[in-house]
Amino acid sequence: MIQRFSLWKTIVVVVSLFLGALYGLPNGFPDDPAVQITSNRSTELLGELDVIRAEEALKDAGLTSLAREFENSQALIRFDSVEAQIKAKSVVQKALGSDFIVALNLAPTTPEWLQSIGANPMKLGLDLRGGVHFLMEVDLEAAVSQRLDAYASEIKQMLRKERIRFRSVDVKPGGEIEIRFLNAETRAVGIDRVRSEYTGVFAYREDDRDGAAFVDLLLAEGEQANIEDYAVSQNLTTLRNRVNELGVSEPLVQRQGQNRIVVELPGVQDTATAKRVLGATANLEFRLEALLDAPARETQQFQFRTNERIAQLERDIITTGNSVSDARSSFDENGMPQVNINLDASGGRRMADVTKTSVGRRMAVIFIESRTRTEIDRQTGEQKQIRYKEQGIISLATIQAVLGNQFRITGLDNSREASELALLLRAGALAAPIYFVEERTIGPSLGAENIERGLNSVIIGFVLVMAFMIAFYRGFGVIANVALAVNLVLLIAIMSLFQAVLTLPGIAGIVLTVGMAVDANVLIFSRIREERMRGLADPQAIRVGFERAFVTILDSNITTLLVAIILAGIGSGPVKGFAITLAIGICTSLFTATLVTRLFVEGLFGHRHLPKWAL
Amino acid sequence: MRMATPSLDFMAGRQIAGILSIVAVIASIALLVMNGLSFGLDFTGGSLVELEFAEAPALESVRETLVNSGFPDAVVQAFGAPTDVVIRLAQDNAPKTGDDVFSALQAAGFEVELLRSEFVGSAVGEELREQGGLGLLLALGIVMLYVAFRFQFKFSVGAVVALVHDVLIVLGTFALFGLDFDLTVLAAVLAVIGYSLNDSIVVSDRIRENFRIMRTNDPLKVMNDSINQTLSRTVATSSTTLLVLLALLFLGGELIHNFALALTIGVVVGTYSSIYIVTVALLILNISREDLIVTTVEGEVDDRP
Repeated sequence: MIQRFSLWKTIVVVVSLFLGALYGLPNGFPDDPAVQITSNRSTELLGELDVIRAEEALKDAGLTSLAREFENSQALIRFDSVEAQIKAKSVVQKALGSDFIVALNLAPTTPEWLQSIGANPMKLGLDLRGGVHFLMEVDLEAAVSQRLDAYASEIKQMLRKERIRFRSVDVKPGGEIEIRFLNAETRAVGIDRVRSEYTGVFAYREDDRDGAAFVDLLLAEGEQANIEDYAVSQNLTTLRNRVNELGVSEPLVQRQGQNRIVVELPGVQDTATAKRVLGATANLEFRLEALLDAPARETQQFQFRTNERIAQLERDIITTGNSVSDARSSFDENGMPQVNINLDASGGRRMADVTKTSVGRRMAVIFIESRTRTEIDRQTGEQKQIRYKEQGIISLATIQAVLGNQFRITGLDNSREASELALLLRAGALAAPIYFVEERTIGPSLGAENIERGLNSVIIGFVLVMAFMIAFYRGFGVIANVALAVNLVLLIAIMSLFQAVLTLPGIAGIVLTVGMAVDANVLIFSRIREERMRGLADPQAIRVGFERAFVTILDSNITTLLVAIILAGIGSGPVKGFAITLAIGICTSLFTATLVTRLFVEGLFGHRHLPKWAL
Repeated sequence: MRMATPSLDFMAGRQIAGILSIVAVIASIALLVMNGLSFGLDFTGGSLVELEFAEAPALESVRETLVNSGFPDAVVQAFGAPTDVVIRLAQDNAPKTGDDVFSALQAAGFEVELLRSEFVGSAVGEELREQGGLGLLLALGIVMLYVAFRFQFKFSVGAVVALVHDVLIVLGTFALFGLDFDLTVLAAVLAVIGYSLNDSIVVSDRIRENFRIMRTNDPLKVMNDSINQTLSRTVATSSTTLLVLLALLFLGGELIHNFALALTIGVVVGTYSSIYIVTVALLILNISREDLIVTTVEGEVDDRP
């Protein structure tokens, strides 16, 4: 009966059907809204007692949880509604305090045996579950110039320490460091010293003019790319830390292209805080106040943040917020906000070195922030982003004793500023400023609405197509519908298996696939009808119909597939979702039309005359 | 259903169809030049906020509130339902604008819920525009190569003329009604390319086959027979695709409304162009049996009994 349809093809169909059903199954289990509790500090893990405390608080607030899990000092409390979940988040956060991160989460309800074979439901995109999508651009120019400034400052300190006499070390606009020595001999010594300290970083160009010996340090080939690359990956790390501090579950922080970073925060409601914290370029610098007789090129004038006072500070930076290993906000004796700072080993050493010789002098803490403003070119009407640095002194205090790696800073406006500064210092500063170039926020209610609309379109579209196929092709139409259902199951299974993200355009892709997937069946059935009319006996007409239609099906599907691949390549976000769904849909419909439909058609009618109702 | 292959004389109407297509294409180009596409946020950059009001607001008072709060150029429109309002702001490099609009309206006493807020920087918009154009050209180019490789050069010209025809008419319709052209619509246009090509290939495939097996050198007869033989398939596939597109158009919501619309227009025009444009282009290029015999010798093995 199935001689024509070889055994191995039957096995392939049965196995893929089984696997498709198995891996598509998890999508039948909707996620529970849940809150996830983790510890904020590595020293203090979440304990059983904390979880009990959280549950007590929930009980007091009249919120009932479905279940709770506690594992690896991480707790998950499930709820039956999103409203309860959102309320519970603030209740738990209040009960546990800032040492713990309480995040909204969607907890899978997939049975364990399915999870253990890697079967998980599809991930929902932001447009379906609500959340924020940010695209940020790393300012690479600033990254390079910042690094040059840091090099210049280090070289100056090094030369001074080694008692190699120099006149000046300056960063020139073209991206070079110019060192001016007294004469060629000291220059030779200086270059040797710099070369051994910074192997392969610079190219050296000597120059004698104005009666002095100059050397220009140019970044060696590839070094600029290294700096840029480092800046982006450093920013990635920092953003990941900050996202963790925000308490978001399943966040996405990913590099895109050369200098862009995508951050996706599902379920985030408070976008303003998220934006402020993620985009904050706040950093600190510690500098000594300049001595009165210091030469002008060694000093720089700064204004205080809160008033008009100004101060002359040294150009050299003792250390920056980058060497902060921990920071906590608290209040001082007078109830003013302060931040307690721990420096890492090298930062602490530099701080001790400098303050050892400077007791009695004053040290300034400078708050730096990169900002942008828009300016319109009067002639062309074009808008330009002007990037600038805002920096101000937050405190200028006399050094009472040698400072080690622990001290505190005061002079902050309010406790929110103190706690955000502490968070930013803890999470690490951005190696280069970043700017938001794209932002999309989808509220949770719109997300839920989108899911409903998408599901409705899939169902209605599916039913309409099935009805049409039965009306047009009768018995064979039923077979095509079975193939269509199999196609849908396989599509969902493959998307789940690869953990593709389902978006609204992705759902549109599924709907379109449903409409177009029958094309292959239609081609085959039309061909069979034709061959019958040409006088072929039914079984033969079926065989020839399948064979002749196959070439056409292949050609037409490959071209559509090519277009889908181009679309996936150039598209971003939602468009990509559409393209990927379409591409997978084309492959599965090829499979179902040529194998599943054929198995049924030949199995049922391959050996006999077609009854009237069949086609 | 009808069992006999229809024998309609499609080619008799080829002149009318040709004129119709030329007029439609010229009108589309004129509309694109004069009106231009009304590019959405994705391509222009700027900010957009979609809000749901507890009760349908007077759009004028919303606008007034925004003008007074420092958004003089805010565009306020109802979006689908009357309680659903979209506010667009021109390009501005401050990604906080969306939140500011939201809080300004809240402060003015409107009861609103934030449905979505989008900000696209001008540089990103420009890039997306470039990428989109590039994608369209790339898609057309690769498709032309593939068809030339699988069929014959004249077919690939026919297919690409049909594609350009379809894409221009879809874009022209968007320009005519000033519909928002955003990323999802671009995706739809590319999908139209895929669909229309699919159709053209099925027809071309049959024309190629008939040129080989029919003992006639009358291209008109070959074309007519090919279209008639594939007609039931063309109708069936277009119908099912249109059915699901209508489901999307009416049930999918505002966000993919234009996407579904672009595809719907594209499928209708694509079906028409696979019948008329491909064939007329082949006729103009003087397609003949000889063009295809060569391919047979070099290419596939004819395994027909």
